[in-house]
Amino acid sequence: MKEKLRQYKAWLYLLPAILFLGVFMVYPLVDVIVYSFEEGFNFVTRTSQGTGFFNYSYVLHDPYFVQALKNTFLIVIITVPVSTGFALLLSLALSSIKPLRNLYQTVYFLPYVTNTLAVGLVFMVLFKKTAYTDGMVNLLLNAFGAPSVDFIDGPYWAKMLVMCIYTVWVVLPFKVLILTSALASVNPDYYKAARVDGTRPSRIFFKITLPMISPMVFYLIITGFIGAFKAYSDEVALFGTDLNAAGMNTMVGYVYDMLYGASGGYPSYASAAALLLFLIVLTITCINLMVSRRSVHY
Amino acid sequence: MATENATFSGTASTDFTGAVKRRRIIRQALLYLFLTVWAAAVLFPFYWMVLTSFKTQASYNSEQRPKFYVSAPTTENYSEAFTAVPLARYFGNTLVYTIVTTGLMMVVIILAAFAFARLEFKGKTFVFTLFLSLMMIPSELVIITNYVTITEWNLRNSFPGLILPSITSVFYIYLLKETFEQIPNELYKAAKVDGTSDFKYLRRVMIPIARPTLVTIAILKVIECWNSYVWPRLITDKPEYFLVSNGIQEIREHGFGRDNIPAMMAAVVVISIPLIVLFLVFRNKIMEGVSRGGTKA
Amino acid sequence: MKITLDHLTKRFPNRNKKIREDVIAVNDFTFEIPDGKLIGLLGPSGCGKSTTLNLISGLEMPSSGRIYFGDTDVTDVPAEHRGVGLVFQNYALYPHLTVLDNIMFPLGNLRGSEKLTKEQMRDKAMEVAKLVQIDELIERRPKELSGGQQQRVAIARALVKMPSVLLLDEPLSNLDARLRLQTREELARIQHETGITTVFVTHDQEEAMSISDQIVVMKDGLFQQMGKPQDVYDHPDNLFVAKFLGTPPINVFEGTVKGDKLFVGDEAILSLKLENAEVPEDGRKVYVGIRPEGFIPAEDGEFSVSLSKIEVMGRDTSVVATHPAAQAATIRAIIASDAPVNAKDGTVRFRIKPAKLHLFDSADETRIDFHVI
Repeated sequence: MKEKLRQYKAWLYLLPAILFLGVFMVYPLVDVIVYSFEEGFNFVTRTSQGTGFFNYSYVLHDPYFVQALKNTFLIVIITVPVSTGFALLLSLALSSIKPLRNLYQTVYFLPYVTNTLAVGLVFMVLFKKTAYTDGMVNLLLNAFGAPSVDFIDGPYWAKMLVMCIYTVWVVLPFKVLILTSALASVNPDYYKAARVDGTRPSRIFFKITLPMISPMVFYLIITGFIGAFKAYSDEVALFGTDLNAAGMNTMVGYVYDMLYGASGGYPSYASAAALLLFLIVLTITCINLMVSRRSVHY
Repeated sequence: MATENATFSGTASTDFTGAVKRRRIIRQALLYLFLTVWAAAVLFPFYWMVLTSFKTQASYNSEQRPKFYVSAPTTENYSEAFTAVPLARYFGNTLVYTIVTTGLMMVVIILAAFAFARLEFKGKTFVFTLFLSLMMIPSELVIITNYVTITEWNLRNSFPGLILPSITSVFYIYLLKETFEQIPNELYKAAKVDGTSDFKYLRRVMIPIARPTLVTIAILKVIECWNSYVWPRLITDKPEYFLVSNGIQEIREHGFGRDNIPAMMAAVVVISIPLIVLFLVFRNKIMEGVSRGGTKA
Repeated sequence: MKITLDHLTKRFPNRNKKIREDVIAVNDFTFEIPDGKLIGLLGPSGCGKSTTLNLISGLEMPSSGRIYFGDTDVTDVPAEHRGVGLVFQNYALYPHLTVLDNIMFPLGNLRGSEKLTKEQMRDKAMEVAKLVQIDELIERRPKELSGGQQQRVAIARALVKMPSVLLLDEPLSNLDARLRLQTREELARIQHETGITTVFVTHDQEEAMSISDQIVVMKDGLFQQMGKPQDVYDHPDNLFVAKFLGTPPINVFEGTVKGDKLFVGDEAILSLKLENAEVPEDGRKVYVGIRPEGFIPAEDGEFSVSLSKIEVMGRDTSVVATHPAAQAATIRAIIASDAPVNAKDGTVRFRIKPAKLHLFDSADETRIDFHVI
């Protein structure tokens, strides 16, 4: 009897967590798969006209989705290597100095705690060309003799460029933080041993440092891929809520637009798009894991 | 012994120090230059928003070439930000949302983590594995149904609708369970022998000992809440319930007659300050917490 | 290669920033390490022995003083140009490289005319791998090796460039007791076979005594004594060295020299004459150190102690006793197991072997030489 009471009490402690997770995570997970196969689901009457792959086929043929897919892949392919490589450079530089190190670290981490919507607005102001002014960045470009470009409402490549710059700016703090602590945790004896042997700095980096921190680098690449595939609010911050009109929508943005807003009201299409996104991320993550398992030796 | 003759001869030693020292100084200078350039790139947007927020709209618009300083600073943008758009309202909403969500989440995750860390019951391992596997589910996938659910419950444009889906975090339960498990089991046994109830033990022993981790989790959750955008955007369309992120987007698209950049910047400064202050106060806690496994939410 | 340290000093800024005064890790060291010998740097932890090693390797630069390898001043030569091999306490083997790659790693740093082909590197690495007897394990990774094997790999990596000096920082401290015994013999053998001047740091006096050609004893950054292990043991220059060497440790008493008699408590235990030292009229206070093996049980012995217990240890017997003039709570004498111990009223009497007795000044604790009369 007492034993039963104890069991019952343990479940009581878990009850709130199970309740919330069940309603807002487990049930939705099943539901979203159901939605994605229900043809022509009506939001008001909650009825559908049948089941099948219609939603998937619709989404895949939607030019907005194709555009979103292209944008997302571009963002992923550009920002993940650039931000990881640049973060590595910054962390290496940070680990080689002593005075002011804390100050630099604090400054570099600042973007992590700021509201990306708010700072995105500042970026927009800096890059935007208006009737009054060409903007701060164009002023800089002009100083080097380049013509002004409207980065916010102008050509596609310019918009993509700002997008990538802002994304890198936003994701760097996390990467720099992880890499500096990874570098700090390398046993200094390895460097001493290498120094006594007269090892060149480049050889120390590629033969000792990089292999030592490779688990963390792969961790960053994997989370970086996942994060970049889910890009959305940074885009809204720069180009506004109507991303389709700006031609800068992302896959997550497409999902939300299908769900809500001027073009919304289609949870079935949203579900199909979300599952497609999930499949892509899953595949890429698996590939990443396989590569990292082959390259990380301890 | 082949190396000894090749590597140093009698006079070489003095040259070594000079050359090595010079090279080291140049290297250090370049490092600092590189670091400073990026620090400037990080800080510049902050500088620009503060600077612009003190310019009058007229002077901002008349600056064909933006100026890096402000000759006649004005605070009128700040009063404009609080009067022309319901910024105070957004601010208050976010405060309520952040405090209630964080508070409720702490209760839920402490109870769950305690059950996993210290209580014995059938199926514990199975349930915990199930919990862990939930960590892999992206929020984008479940948000669709949650949107439908909250709409069906008629909770759109309400605080419960905003708060309910963000009350649990599998990751924080996991993090807290690990912390709880580091507390020696002997303490628990001793308390049992003394006849302390589980709940009293949790309240009097576990929570005080795990306080540093609890504070870290709370701060990370506060940051996440303060910056959340997607869910509030889906679930609110009345400005009375907007949070700061949605508010700033609303301001950008409809507020201040769209072109009053200095007023927008004032609003941006106002909503950025709380987190920056929080960061500067809890710098070490936040950075340590994030490196233990936080990812940008 | 002979190594000469000339007034070598190393100061560090104090870690506690409130204290302005620097920490002096190595204080005015002057001594010479002879060519081709195995030298043990010995002292309690924090005495500056690892810093001394780092100064010799060039990983740290001295605050003042010079270092010579042979006749060459290497003080300002950076570590990579000194031609030293260094073995770390935790071995610092690269975990992602195989044993062979670890050993070949230093060879890959050679450039220009010294550059080696892959085959040459492999041959050289195999040669040292054979020397340290790990040639069977070269395809493994460090984590697949035992502590003793990792130690050998570390030594092989330090030796592969044929350094003029081999330095080892606490080489045996990460090994269990049995392996430690085996590895230290191995270390002596390798040193003997290569003939490379080898300096190793240890806090374990037994380890240093057993394999070193010479030992250097340090304390609080100060040089204490250098010499052959037995010489240092037999003629400690000061009380610290006497106490630090030997297990069980030396027994120290407060005593007085009056005339030509040495008194401990009320008993005159030895007739002697101090060399180069005055004995004032009312006697001279000294510390008397007696090695545990310096006691011979004898019923007419001059020295009496109160017996606490007798520990029989097989080969010999340990007599634990107390004495009012002893510094420590108990004193210990090691005697042959067949020697009879007669305790009358709890008192045991001993004669003292003069060679096992040392006198030290009560003020500066330096050695006072004497001869028995």
